[in-house]
Amino acid sequence: MIGNLAIVLFDGLAFGMLLFVLSVGLSVTLGLMNFVNLAHGAFAMLGGYVTVLVTRELGLPFLWSLPAAFIVAALVSVGFERTLFRRLYRAGELNQVLFTIGLVFAASAAAAYVFGTAQQPIQLPQFLRGVTEFAGLRFGSYRIFLIIIALVITGLLVLGLEYTRFGAQIRAAVDNQRAAQGLGIDVDTVFAVTFALGSGLAGLGGALAIEMVGLDPSFGFHYLVYMMIVVSVGGLGSIAGSFVAASLLGIADVAGKYFVPDLGAFMIYLIMIAVLFLRPQGLFGKR
Amino acid sequence: MTTPASSTADNHAWLRRQARWSPYELAFWLAVLIPFWVFPTYLTLASQIAITALFAVSVDLVLGYAGIVTLGHAMFFGLGAYAAGLLTKAGWGEPLSGLVLSGLLTALVGLLVSFMIVRVQHLALLMITLGLGLLTAELANSLGWLTGGTDGLQGVDVWPVFNHFEFDLWGYTAYAYALAALFVGVAAARRIVHSSFGLSLRGVRENLNRMPAIGSPWRRHLQIVYTISAGMAGIAGAVLTHTTETVSLDSLSFQRSADVVVMLILGGTGRLYGAILGAAIFMIARDQLSDMNPQYWYFWIGLLLMLVVLFMPKGILGGLSGLLRRLGG
Amino acid sequence: MIARIAAALTLGVGLAFSAQANAQDTVKIGLIMAYSGPFADTANQMQAGIDLYIAQHGDEVAGKKIEIIKKDTGGPKADEAKRLAQELVVRDGVDILAGFTLTPEALGAAGVADQGKKFMVVMNAATSIITEKSPNIVRTSMTIPQLNTAFGKWAFEKAGVKQAYTLVADYAPGHDAEKSFAKGFTDAGGKIVGADTSPMGPPDFSAFVQRIKDASPEAVFVFIPGGAQPPALGKALAQRGLTPPDVKLLAQGELTFPEAIESMGDTAKGIITTFNYTMERDDPTNNAFVKAYREANGGRSPDIYSVGGYDGMHLIYEALKKTGGDTSAEALVEASKGMSWESPRGKMTIDPETRDVIQSVYIREVKEVDGKLQNVVIDEIPEVKDPLHGMAN
Repeated sequence: MIGNLAIVLFDGLAFGMLLFVLSVGLSVTLGLMNFVNLAHGAFAMLGGYVTVLVTRELGLPFLWSLPAAFIVAALVSVGFERTLFRRLYRAGELNQVLFTIGLVFAASAAAAYVFGTAQQPIQLPQFLRGVTEFAGLRFGSYRIFLIIIALVITGLLVLGLEYTRFGAQIRAAVDNQRAAQGLGIDVDTVFAVTFALGSGLAGLGGALAIEMVGLDPSFGFHYLVYMMIVVSVGGLGSIAGSFVAASLLGIADVAGKYFVPDLGAFMIYLIMIAVLFLRPQGLFGKR
Repeated sequence: MTTPASSTADNHAWLRRQARWSPYELAFWLAVLIPFWVFPTYLTLASQIAITALFAVSVDLVLGYAGIVTLGHAMFFGLGAYAAGLLTKAGWGEPLSGLVLSGLLTALVGLLVSFMIVRVQHLALLMITLGLGLLTAELANSLGWLTGGTDGLQGVDVWPVFNHFEFDLWGYTAYAYALAALFVGVAAARRIVHSSFGLSLRGVRENLNRMPAIGSPWRRHLQIVYTISAGMAGIAGAVLTHTTETVSLDSLSFQRSADVVVMLILGGTGRLYGAILGAAIFMIARDQLSDMNPQYWYFWIGLLLMLVVLFMPKGILGGLSGLLRRLGG
Repeated sequence: MIARIAAALTLGVGLAFSAQANAQDTVKIGLIMAYSGPFADTANQMQAGIDLYIAQHGDEVAGKKIEIIKKDTGGPKADEAKRLAQELVVRDGVDILAGFTLTPEALGAAGVADQGKKFMVVMNAATSIITEKSPNIVRTSMTIPQLNTAFGKWAFEKAGVKQAYTLVADYAPGHDAEKSFAKGFTDAGGKIVGADTSPMGPPDFSAFVQRIKDASPEAVFVFIPGGAQPPALGKALAQRGLTPPDVKLLAQGELTFPEAIESMGDTAKGIITTFNYTMERDDPTNNAFVKAYREANGGRSPDIYSVGGYDGMHLIYEALKKTGGDTSAEALVEASKGMSWESPRGKMTIDPETRDVIQSVYIREVKEVDGKLQNVVIDEIPEVKDPLHGMAN
């Protein structure tokens, strides 16, 4: 029984970590830059297709495709940020919503046109495929890998934003653009890099998601709701918040399905509503 | 300087002036009759546009006027649709009373939900409306014995309107029926937004912190408008049930909640007619584009949305009225 | 008053116009499917089947030209499907309504086929009641009870399974599958030891798979939609060690679609599924079909949706030949009743009583053939009818 519980917690955590990698970039752009980027899921989808191309067409190993997914999504997003999104920073939330949802529509149609509507299977390296036995329990190797990656990302982000010069610049630029500019911070560049970082993480999330939840042209829409749930429950702009929220939601979802299967579909939404009703700013939110 | 009493009178006169039907509006309501004679083969589309427009007007009341950004309004639309459908299954297929009953039921649910809604703002508000919408959709799926689950409600049988006008294949009755509902809905919404109550809602939207300072019972006002909006959305759903004799889970879906907000922003928020225009443009564009290219049409829809934001940041109606003002000097 | 007259006039003109379109030497077929949205792949495969049939057999039948008009519903939307059907009838003047990837689409359009007296061919939607909604409806796909009731019986009688656990997706087809498998299985003498439904959200099955492991059943029956779910479930089962031969895995064929097998790898070996069409079945008609389909679609293989569309077109062509080009619903339905032909899936017949398909139900097992995993037919249950028709539901 204890073993079962451990397995359920582990699986829930791994699923939560997938949600975390998919969402944390949105927490950065939405929370730090105040830009409602509903196209975040589209950048995740882009990362997924990059992985498919790199592994299948170029024949490179899966692990190589992960940085590729990050870089391509980041570069493409900077292109959008420099030419289009920046015009919307002051345009109001509703216009940001309309514009970025329009981008999701277009991206989804483009993906269907280029890659077709079928699911895209990928081949994983042998060491990520099977299970790892530990204390008589069978843990999915890929899930372990996912948890490690999520922990590394969390560590790097927290360190980078809290303890580096660039992190300080981001925080300054967000808090008070004018004052930051006066201090000689190149706000434009800071925003562009921040945006690239957020979208690159989305791309990485999309690449990691294929093995767990598949990839097709509707990916950008499907996971948007889950991304927003993680970000809002965690609190805007809080890396630790996203991490805790994603773990909580992942574990609650899997545990809910395990112990009360009839409530399985409701669990995530119930938790979100309860948390936000009691703490509208999210678990780690400041406002 | 005017005395307080006469300033109140002035204010009321101002409100009355605002509430007057403009020639543009009259022209609009005459124009929507054109399809009956000029595009008789597009009446089914026209009736669905009218239904969606009514739904969008209900969202405009809360989003455009009261500043409640909702991503879960399909919850009320779908509840109204199911209520109307279940009523006909229970043996009462008379449509007009069905509309009223469905509207009352959804308004009641709206009232209950409103106690929660007025206590949160911003992202939390958005996500709670979204969560409630998703919960309702899941609930309808799991109550398969009542709702028919994903197959949809079977055996919906609607009587002719006034016991005389059958819902025909061409959609004459459907369009007239939906249009009448839209007109009544807009007339009611106009009354609301051009009243002092409507002004206080705009006050909440513009600056929530100041409303308590001037002694406005803003929470109650928000609850009232949310309840009315829920009822109106429910009636829109009921009209869909009556005119199509189908009810599917899709009526409760997140996609419907999101689409209606997209249409509203596209047309322009806080203008009522922006909601109607947005619904019409979105649905006509979708119909025409998907006929040309059933597989990839939404690429062009996406492009349309992006272009509107770049060139008409106040929505299409906002852009048009700005243009008119500039032309008029 | 004037308005009424004008309306009557336009109505008259419109009717005359659509009647004229009918009189011309074309047969218009309106296809209603979810070409976009999350179910787009189903529609694409079906369309490819339809296109292949027309490419092979020409676009002229009984002296008339076939014209196709495509309409997109975007998903399981009954109201959209109904509107599109109405428009096809009154504006485009179509003679035949066809397609229908999803059940709500077919149910939405059924009323129009009835009211507008149009022949309607359901090429996929698999809920039993659809054909009962109008006497003008004929189906060329299958029904979920047809496959799974027979499969349940087979599992007990031929595979020797005594007790099973069921896991189905939480939507109407899933519930249908659970009920019909359980019916076939328990009627034969088997015992259901547990039943779960998994939500349609993100495909994370770990909790349900653990529940199955806790129950340690002899066999598991699964029904999930195609797409992202099959590989995810296959992998989750493998992680818990719930793979053949330790546990018997039974499912409807979606679980072992080619993309899913590729993604699952060797853990897919030994999964037993049921379907009405098997791409790998060695048969001259089928082999020719698969070859032509792959050539026309950049190497992609056909599936049940492709065959549903292909056979749907065959039914329309043959019925038109029989009626000599008469497109009235009555004539076409009469012509279809009892029609029987050799399809890529094997022999199929339109039941003259229910207008539904009578066909073989195949039992397949995933095996390695020439170094490649595929579904190999291990048994065939011939001439199976839908068991629910005629029963008041």
